[in-house]
Amino acid sequence: MSTVFIALQANEDARPIIEAICADNPHAVLNEAPGMVKIDAEGRLVVRRSSIEERLGRAFDLQELQVNLITLSGHIDETEDEFTLSWNA
Amino acid sequence: MDMQATKKKLNLKEKYRAMTRDLDWNPSYQKLEDIYPYASYEGVKIHDWEKWEDPFRLTMDAYWKYQAEKERKLYAIIDAYAQNNGHLNVTDARYLNAIKILLTGVTPLEYMAHRGFAHAGRQFPGAGPRVACLMQSLDEIRHAQTQIHSLSNYNKFYNGFHEFTHMFERVWFLSVSRSFFDDAVSAGPFEFIVSIGFSFEYVLTNLLFVPFVSGAAYNGDMGTMTFGFSAQSDEARHMTLGLEAIKFILEQDPANVPIVQRWIDKWTWRGYRVLTLVAMMMDYMLPKRIMSWKEAWEVYFEENGGALFKDLARYGIRPPKWLDQIAQDKDHISHQAWCTFYNYALAANFHTWIPSEEEMDWLARKYPNSFDKYYRPRLEYWREQAAQGNRFYNKTLPMLCQTCQIPMLFTEPGDPTKICYREADYKGEKYHFCSDGCKEIFENEPEKYIQAWLPVHQVYQGNCFPEGTDPTAEGFDPLAAVLRYYHLESGRDNLDFEGSEDQRNFAAWRGQATTNA
Ligand SMILES: [Fe+2]
Ligand SMILES: [Fe+2]
Repeated sequence: MSTVFIALQANEDARPIIEAICADNPHAVLNEAPGMVKIDAEGRLVVRRSSIEERLGRAFDLQELQVNLITLSGHIDETEDEFTLSWNA
Repeated sequence: MDMQATKKKLNLKEKYRAMTRDLDWNPSYQKLEDIYPYASYEGVKIHDWEKWEDPFRLTMDAYWKYQAEKERKLYAIIDAYAQNNGHLNVTDARYLNAIKILLTGVTPLEYMAHRGFAHAGRQFPGAGPRVACLMQSLDEIRHAQTQIHSLSNYNKFYNGFHEFTHMFERVWFLSVSRSFFDDAVSAGPFEFIVSIGFSFEYVLTNLLFVPFVSGAAYNGDMGTMTFGFSAQSDEARHMTLGLEAIKFILEQDPANVPIVQRWIDKWTWRGYRVLTLVAMMMDYMLPKRIMSWKEAWEVYFEENGGALFKDLARYGIRPPKWLDQIAQDKDHISHQAWCTFYNYALAANFHTWIPSEEEMDWLARKYPNSFDKYYRPRLEYWREQAAQGNRFYNKTLPMLCQTCQIPMLFTEPGDPTKICYREADYKGEKYHFCSDGCKEIFENEPEKYIQAWLPVHQVYQGNCFPEGTDPTAEGFDPLAAVLRYYHLESGRDNLDFEGSEDQRNFAAWRGQATTNA
């Protein structure tokens, strides 16, 4: 299985998002670097709106991810509730 | 019931459809091929533009909202950084030389990307890719502007940042990145989107904007970190556009596969060659390092690119050509490039130096197979020579590769002690190349590459002196004339960091910032 990843800025806006991703993807590995974090996950990684809202205490539109996103890899599937990265092979 | 139920808000997919496809119409007064004249000559066959998918499903209203938020954050930080003399917080003033390369060699490419995507967006007959290209075109002009705004702060204090657009069109090594993008924007819309959208954005830009920008953060450069990550936040969307473009083209017709494969081979190799500069910036120009070029290459190209090409295999696409050479080169290119610039520091807009003993130890640890064996002895010899007053600046112009325009500095696959030369004959002229990759790219499109504006040839033809220069005058110094033509001030913008005005100023200003003397 190939690895997908998502990298986000290490700032206060992104902190609840990073926490939510780690909680929803127990197989994911968090790599910290200056100014950023990179989350690697085998096969698939899912970002859930509800998990972010729980930590944020307000409504969250998954497209807000764009503001603090640095990079990602894999095919994207985005709905109102989930943003998923995956490889087919 | 006379009261209407509140109409349900459109979901993401419906909204995307309404704001992109539904704004499109079928022309009846003009023929499609007259409206989109570049859509067929490249041989790519598209049967159904409706099959195009934008996974981000971003519409213009949401685009403006998020981009505005990014800009508000960015400019607040840039302003605070400038107001607080943030430039004095960088680890070491040598670092600023990497940023000079970024401004003169990369920022103008952002502007070219803006033009390229505006053009591609105009030329695709499908509404989906037109909207996606329009957004990327706007992103790219934002990148150019934010980089210029952030870096203009350094231009107030340090040399070599001035007149970067003038330099971009003239200075010898800047023709490497310039010709790369000129090659892409002068191709058709399909090749352009494969070259920049896929090969460059998806496969290669992570190497520039992720580890290098994280390195800028590590070296105290908040300005570069901020514009770098702000630009990169658009990059995720660009990479997705590139990947979608490839999948869409490949799914439309099996006859597209070999066309796309040749573009992937060409543009991975072209982009990889341009990244030689980034390799050198990471290994030699960041005083505090987070990872070596080789490590970054392994994470972002070998692992991530490997996963990507494994995925694309189902379309009949194989990994790019010349990967075996690329795999060997990762131990060498950053060192070979730095050695070349150390030699030619007389003609560059930034300073060079010999790495400190501690830095050489770091390089030896990161490059156990190559640094101590091939490069450390060279650097130590030059250090010794400089200490004896024999600092050698090369005044002879190097032979350039006709395709990538990089001086012949790369070595033979399998023999890092032997420079690699290839040549080809075309219409009675001989052309020279740095590698099998660049030679094959030339041979596929010789009529394009024989038009290359090669800085060395241009100097020898007398085209790179200021107006009114008389090369036959007694005591004529050609290199001094070329530097004037570049608008570089010799002794100020070029040569070694040691003894430079940048070095003296930074030390004096930092002293003022930390003492009352
Ligand atoms: Fe850009
Ligand atoms: Fe080349």
